Amino acid sequence: MEPKKKILVTGAAGALAKKVIDKLKKDYKIIAIDFRTKVDLGIPVESYKVDFNKRIFEDVFREHQFDGIIHLGRISAQELNRFTRYNANVIGTRKLFDLARKYNVPKTLVMSTYFVYGASPYNPSLLDETTPLKASELTMDLVDSVELENLSSIYLYKHPELHITVLRPCNIAGPGVRNTFSLLLSEKRSPVLWGFSPLMQFIHIDDMRDAICTAFEKNIPGVYNVAPDDYIGFQDAIKIAGSQRIQIPSVPPSLTEGIARFLKWKSFPPYLINYFKYPVIIDGSLFAKTFGFKPKKTLEDIFTYYRSLK
Amino acid sequence: MAKSKTSVIDKVFNRDEMDDIVNVFPNRVGSQGFDAWGFNIKNMKTNMRFTKFLYDSFYKVEAFGLENIPKEGRCLIIPNHSGQLPFDGMLIGYALITNQFGPRAPKAMVERFLPTVPFIGNWLSSVGAVIGDPINCERMLDNEEAVVVFPEGVRGSNKLYKLKYQLQRFGTGFMHLAMKHNAPIIPVAVIGMEETIRSYADLKPIAKALGLPVAPLVVPWVFPSKVYLYFGKPIYYKNDVYKESDIKERVDEVKAAINKLIKIGLEKRATDLAEIKVEKK
Repeated sequence: MEPKKKILVTGAAGALAKKVIDKLKKDYKIIAIDFRTKVDLGIPVESYKVDFNKRIFEDVFREHQFDGIIHLGRISAQELNRFTRYNANVIGTRKLFDLARKYNVPKTLVMSTYFVYGASPYNPSLLDETTPLKASELTMDLVDSVELENLSSIYLYKHPELHITVLRPCNIAGPGVRNTFSLLLSEKRSPVLWGFSPLMQFIHIDDMRDAICTAFEKNIPGVYNVAPDDYIGFQDAIKIAGSQRIQIPSVPPSLTEGIARFLKWKSFPPYLINYFKYPVIIDGSLFAKTFGFKPKKTLEDIFTYYRSLK
Repeated sequence: MAKSKTSVIDKVFNRDEMDDIVNVFPNRVGSQGFDAWGFNIKNMKTNMRFTKFLYDSFYKVEAFGLENIPKEGRCLIIPNHSGQLPFDGMLIGYALITNQFGPRAPKAMVERFLPTVPFIGNWLSSVGAVIGDPINCERMLDNEEAVVVFPEGVRGSNKLYKLKYQLQRFGTGFMHLAMKHNAPIIPVAVIGMEETIRSYADLKPIAKALGLPVAPLVVPWVFPSKVYLYFGKPIYYKNDVYKESDIKERVDEVKAAINKLIKIGLEKRATDLAEIKVEKK
């Protein structure tokens, strides 16, 4: 019997990484790492707490010859300060790519976010993968997300032997997810902007897990949006998820920003105000066509889950 | 007085037959009733009741040439623009939705600043308006939609009253899209909207201060005016010219087609008014 192939999964403490590990562990030997904590994922999964920017990170590569990397570990804009995030997300990822080259890892999947497109009133709908990334134009807090993408693209074309796949999902939602918009769906009272209900896309965490596993196994390098072709207005989503809407004044914009800074609400960060106003609808057709992907869970499944929490 | 108020409210809110119309026209919405541009079937039903009141009772619209609108597939509807507010687009939309020859739920390209206005931006997109970005238009044509484009933009809708029924400069973007996507152009003339809200000056400094494209000095009154819509025969262009001067020539052909329809409409209106005067006598 052939030994199982080895995969490095970063960001192992996250809900999505746990789902991915759980799905892949029967076919692969999983080495899980996270900068926050040593995650107990049970036996056959080896787990480490490690900072990408420390020399000890290379020991993981020395010890294990990886057949692939699933890079889900990212400090979100809600966590830590801008400088630390940049170091971890951008410089740390560069370190990861360099080690992948040095130790001949044949494929790497990188998780990005639709936030990189930026929320602007001038956005056309169904942004495809060639659309310029404007998030850093709007807020410094998303510079690391855009830079992570740029870095991945440079390595994707400069080092084709790494076989890099970048996924840009829409809002991931469902059990265990702690991103801004899933938090809003789970809260009893959620802030919305008066007079604005931007169109949004949501993908269930189980579908996102399947998208990651499929993209990793099929390994067709490139940049892909991941989103269903189903949409809902943000305020409608909040209502259907059973949350009460708290209307925040939307004009003048400086007042809105002042309120967000004053409240320090985790689910209403000042840098995401534009995402509460303007739609960022992405076109997931390239991913769907390339990988034969179709989400199994509907918007109603997602909202039913959030309603059950109330 | 009370009777009149009840009557209007009844006309706007209690017409369930609009639901039946909205339920049958072709649309491509997802599980929650939205499409990728924010069109929302539920809001459309509410809006249709209001538009029906405007169409039937306020503007008493008469539409001609509805048989010229393709029953399915991509097309560009190119009207003259007038009336300061986007009511002309709403009336054209209503005519298409209720078209007895084959209903279409059209999309209308609108000014880019509108999404920044609270409520208005969301409301417009929920009833089929889309910001005037060529990428949006291309996507919608690829999606086999009927797309309403006003090539005059604010130059047409917010022109001074003294310039009524004089077509302003047309952008050429619609022609590039029609040729590239093999979409027929339906020229449309809107007669009657010019007289409803009348602008006598463009207050440019105020527009600049407010960040708006125009600040018209208008008579604060919506004058009642019967509206005529004339839909011309489809015009097809092959994707076989590349120079802007050639494109401009084709745009001028479309302008000429609209001008011809405007002339027919104005003559029809003059005849109708003359008949009404005779009847009154």
